[in-house]
Formats: sequence, structure tokens, C-alpha cells
Amino acid sequence: MAYTAVRGGEAAVEAAGRIEREYAAAGTVSAEDVQTSLPYLVDQVISEARLYAPELAARAIAEARGDVAEAVFLLRAYRSTLDRVSNSLALDTDTMRVTRRISSAFKDIPGGQLLGGTRDYTQRLLGRGALAGAASETETDVRGDGGEGLLPRVTDLLRDQGLVAERSSDEDPEEPYDLTRQPLRIPTPRSGRLQGLAGSETGAISALAYSSMRGFGPGHPVPADFRIGYLPLLVEHPYADVPVEIGEIYCTECEMVHHAEDEPGSGGLGMGYGFTLGRNERKAISMAILDDAIEVGNARATGPAAPAEDEEFVLYHVDGLESTGFLEHLKLPHYVTFQSGLDRLRYANMDGE
Amino acid sequence: MRADALLDQVVDSAEPEYNFAFLDERTKRAIRRAALKGVAIPGHQVPFGSREMPIARGWGTGGLQLSLALIGPHDVFKAIDQGSDDSVNAVNIRHFVAAMSGVETVTATAEATIIQSRHRIPEETLRPDQVLVLQVPKPEPLSRIEPRVARSQKMHAEGDYASMWLSLYEGVALSGDISMGADYPAIVNGNYLMAPSPIPRWDMPKLHHAPFLTLFGAGREKRIYAVPPYTSVEPLEFSDYHFRVEEFPSPCQLCGATDTFLDEHVDPHGGGSTYSCSDTAYCAARREGSQA
Repeated sequence: MAYTAVRGGEAAVEAAGRIEREYAAAGTVSAEDVQTSLPYLVDQVISEARLYAPELAARAIAEARGDVAEAVFLLRAYRSTLDRVSNSLALDTDTMRVTRRISSAFKDIPGGQLLGGTRDYTQRLLGRGALAGAASETETDVRGDGGEGLLPRVTDLLRDQGLVAERSSDEDPEEPYDLTRQPLRIPTPRSGRLQGLAGSETGAISALAYSSMRGFGPGHPVPADFRIGYLPLLVEHPYADVPVEIGEIYCTECEMVHHAEDEPGSGGLGMGYGFTLGRNERKAISMAILDDAIEVGNARATGPAAPAEDEEFVLYHVDGLESTGFLEHLKLPHYVTFQSGLDRLRYANMDGE
Repeated sequence: MRADALLDQVVDSAEPEYNFAFLDERTKRAIRRAALKGVAIPGHQVPFGSREMPIARGWGTGGLQLSLALIGPHDVFKAIDQGSDDSVNAVNIRHFVAAMSGVETVTATAEATIIQSRHRIPEETLRPDQVLVLQVPKPEPLSRIEPRVARSQKMHAEGDYASMWLSLYEGVALSGDISMGADYPAIVNGNYLMAPSPIPRWDMPKLHHAPFLTLFGAGREKRIYAVPPYTSVEPLEFSDYHFRVEEFPSPCQLCGATDTFLDEHVDPHGGGSTYSCSDTAYCAARREGSQA
């Protein structure tokens, strides 16, 4: 008997879900395993999900059986159920308890280069090193308190010398544009741009930032100050009217500069800013590149010269939930629309005969 | 089986055996052929089958493949990054080459036969028996004005560098002088426009009619090119606006040199900048020399 589209989809759908759940249940990797063994994956997921919840992210990864987009999906959907209790105060990242800090602009920087733990300068030889001494937690913490002057910002030093282009901002720093509550509009305030990039899919912005570096965008950037650490989270006390520290978030910050003397709207070094929840080095770098590239694109009299400079192109295409959702919707039935198109195609063919 | 147990087994039973200098011999030959072609056509970018290396793309894989393809058991290898032997990436590359080839590694420039460098040419003039290998992030000098590879290749083929000249002129018109910093484009052997890799302008004159061979390796972009000995390397300039090297307000605070490229050290407390030689081996040798 020929296959006929009949009702009964419900049972099939239930069975399909059950198969996947059974596979997931057969897995032996617990959320705790994920959190202790796969911290980079957890950090990627909290960053793309825009929700600082490492335990939940680990659980999402285990439940999604390692499908990162799916884990982000689970966490984002869960976030929709959470009440927004309060807004934090604007955080000063100078207060970060730094575990890693580098600058590629100068060899010796005030406060020094702190490598922390990194694989950057090791050889990627499978089976070696992976076992040799699992990374011990011997990171030195350096509180970046501006008061102590321990880790002055390289970008501030450049700024003091008048070398960094001023960015115009008519925004209220206490009330940033919030993409989780308002739709994106173009042009978007810089806070909206930064938020869009901070919650974006890592691979998507990596590709766009890479295209910018290869010539489809402004020049080769340099991380003037790149930091990873724990940032105290401050809220205003509801009664006492004073800032209170309620915890820390692990985060990555990247301040990128590039020589922009020839570019429009610039008075020296162009600067881009990247910030992610968790340790997401390449994402923070990509974000800073794109922030800078969009700034350049917006300032061009003739408009953006490349995709990475195009605010609309970038911001509408880097959200993982939006892109994967719409891409995968192609698996949904399109019988009706396809039939409608076929009808026209057949008609056109007949017409030609 | 748990992943760690699996890996244990792999490591115990089949510790990977690596060929001398990591790459297989056919690959090395292919790389040497590309380098020879580069020597035959100075400044021309020769495509090659760049291999994946155990360091990341953009971290010197092109230079590393050249070094590994050239190196023999009796070579002496030096690696520098930003002029320094101690720079993190240089340390890693030096360790890797040493581990995979067993050759002697040095910091003294004069003792090395192969010098792999990122962003610098050593201060002391290299000899004809030394090879300089430069790591190249962006081999295409035209990419800043034409990012599409298919078009820039055609421009090279036709010797069409008009838009490059125009871009140079635009810099003059906008900022009053030529505004290009490092990776300053140059015409090689009176023919091809070449990206010298992001060496400072300071290092450009060292390439012109140099007694030594310089090989350029771009691993990510998969090109090799060369400046053979005694070949002209002329930075682009106008008759009224000239190519100029970097200037420094004070000498090296360590060795007192006034004729070297210097690193700037910023004082966080507003005390102004101090400077020291970027070429650390040269600086150290000068200091030792003055003590002796």
C-alpha cells in the first residue's frame, strides 16, 4: 500500500520524543559531571542563553545530549519563566577579581601579563598533555580595584594620551536598551548592539569577526586589555539605599583597539568592546571586533562596506535561537506552500509547450 | 568505557610516533617546492597545501611548516616573537621544533641557521648562510583595498596596483602623510607588490638587497613567498611623501642603543613612557659586550 499522509501524527510524535528521551536517560553523564568536566561548554551555554546559571546550563547540556544549540534553547525557554526581581547596578569591571589578563598591544603593562591557565601556548597533540597533570586550581587572583591601582587599564593609558577615538553616547547608562524586553530596531543604541552580540551564538560571530579581519571590514585589531575573572554583582539595598554585593559572576572582558586613522568618524584608535558571561575568549574577541566594525560601518558616508560592518546584517543573524529555530523549521511540513508553488510551476511548463 | 580509560589505552598501546620534524617527507618536499618557486618568482604568492598543525591557525603555522620542511639534524633553530625569544608563542614554537627534530635551539642570532620570527627582523644583519622565516597573517597586500582573492590575484597578474597607490594617496590627503604602519607594502624585484608580514617599517630596509634568504609562510591563507638574497624591496612612496621608519624619543633604557626598534613601556602613574630594545638577544649581547 502506498504511503498516504493520514492522521495519527500524534502517536508518531510521542514515539519520536520517547526515543530521544530514552537515549538521554541511558546516558551516564550527570549535570555534576558536565559542570566539573566541561566548564567551557557550560560557559558557552550560559553566555548564549543570556542566563548566568551554571548548574542549570550543565543540566541542559546533559539533557540535550551535548547538542549545544539545544541546551541553549532549553535554558532560554526556562529563563522566560523567571521573574525579573531586580536590576543590578551598573557594574564597574575595574572591580573584577582577575584570574587572567593579557594585553597584546604592549609587552610590559602596568600590573603585568597574567596568563592564568591557558592552552594557547601549548602544542595540541592528541593524547599528550590532556592527561599530563589535569589543570590544578592554582590561579592567582588579583582584584583589579582601581583604588589600589593594581591593574590599570591599557585602554585608559591610551585614552589619557588622547589616542582613542571618542565614541558619542547620548545613552543613559542606568537604562540600557534591553533586547530581551524590546525588539531590535535599526539603528540600535550601542547598548542594544552590545547586548545582541553578548548573547549571540559563538560560531556565528566568530565567522563574521573573522571576515572583518580578513579584509571584509576595518583593519587588524589588537586586544589592548583582555581579562577573565569574577565580577562582584551589586544591587541597591531595597531599604537602606546602599549598594550591596550579592555574589560574583565569572566573565570575560575584551577591549580591542585598531589603527583607524584613515577611517570615518575616528580620531585615532578605534575601539570595540566585548563582554561575555563565563569564560568565552573567542566570543569576547569576536564581539569586540564586531562592535568596532559596526561603529566604522555606521560612520561611513556610503554606508557599511562589508557584512561585518552592517549593524542590521550582523544583529539580525547572530542570535542562535533565532537562526537555528528558523533553519530547523524547514523540517516542518510545507505541503501546502510547496503544493501552491508546484501548481504555478506546472502551469508555467504547460504554457511553454 | 570512560573517555579517560580509553585515552589511557591509546597512550599506552599506541603512543603516536612522529616523523623527524613532525611533517611527513612528502609534505616537506611539497613545501620546499613551493618555497623554491617563491624564490624563482620573488614576491609572488605560491599556493601550497597547508597542513593542520598542533598550534592554532594564525599563530605561526605557515612559518612553522617552512621551518620544519627546511630543518635538518645539524641546523640550529631560533624562534622570536615581537623580537623576543621569551615571548610566549616563540617559546612554544621553539619547544615544539626542538621536541620534534632534536636540533639545537639558541637565542644568539649569529649562531642560528634558521630563524623563525613573528613581526620582526633581527637587528644584526643576517649572513648568506642563514634563513629568515617570517610568519604571515595576511599574505595579500591588496586585501586592504580588495578583500576578494579572485580579484586581487588578477590585479597582481596585470600589475594593476593603481588602487593601492590611490589608497596611499588617500592616507596623505586625510592625515597629511602616508598613514600605513606595520606590514608596509613593497614592490619586490621591480615587479610584484608584497606584504612583508607585520614587521615594523623599521625592518623594511633590512630586506632590500639583503644578503640572506627570507621566506614567508601564511598557513591559514595557504601561501608561501620569498625575497631571495640581493633582491630589491622598495616600499611604496611618493616623490614628495616618503616612506619613513618609526622614531623613538629616547634610547633603550637597558643598553642605551639609539639604532634599534624599541618597545614602549607605559607608566601607569603618568610618569611617561620608557623604551627598551625589541630585539632582546641583541640588547643582551650589547649589555654583555659593554661589561666585558
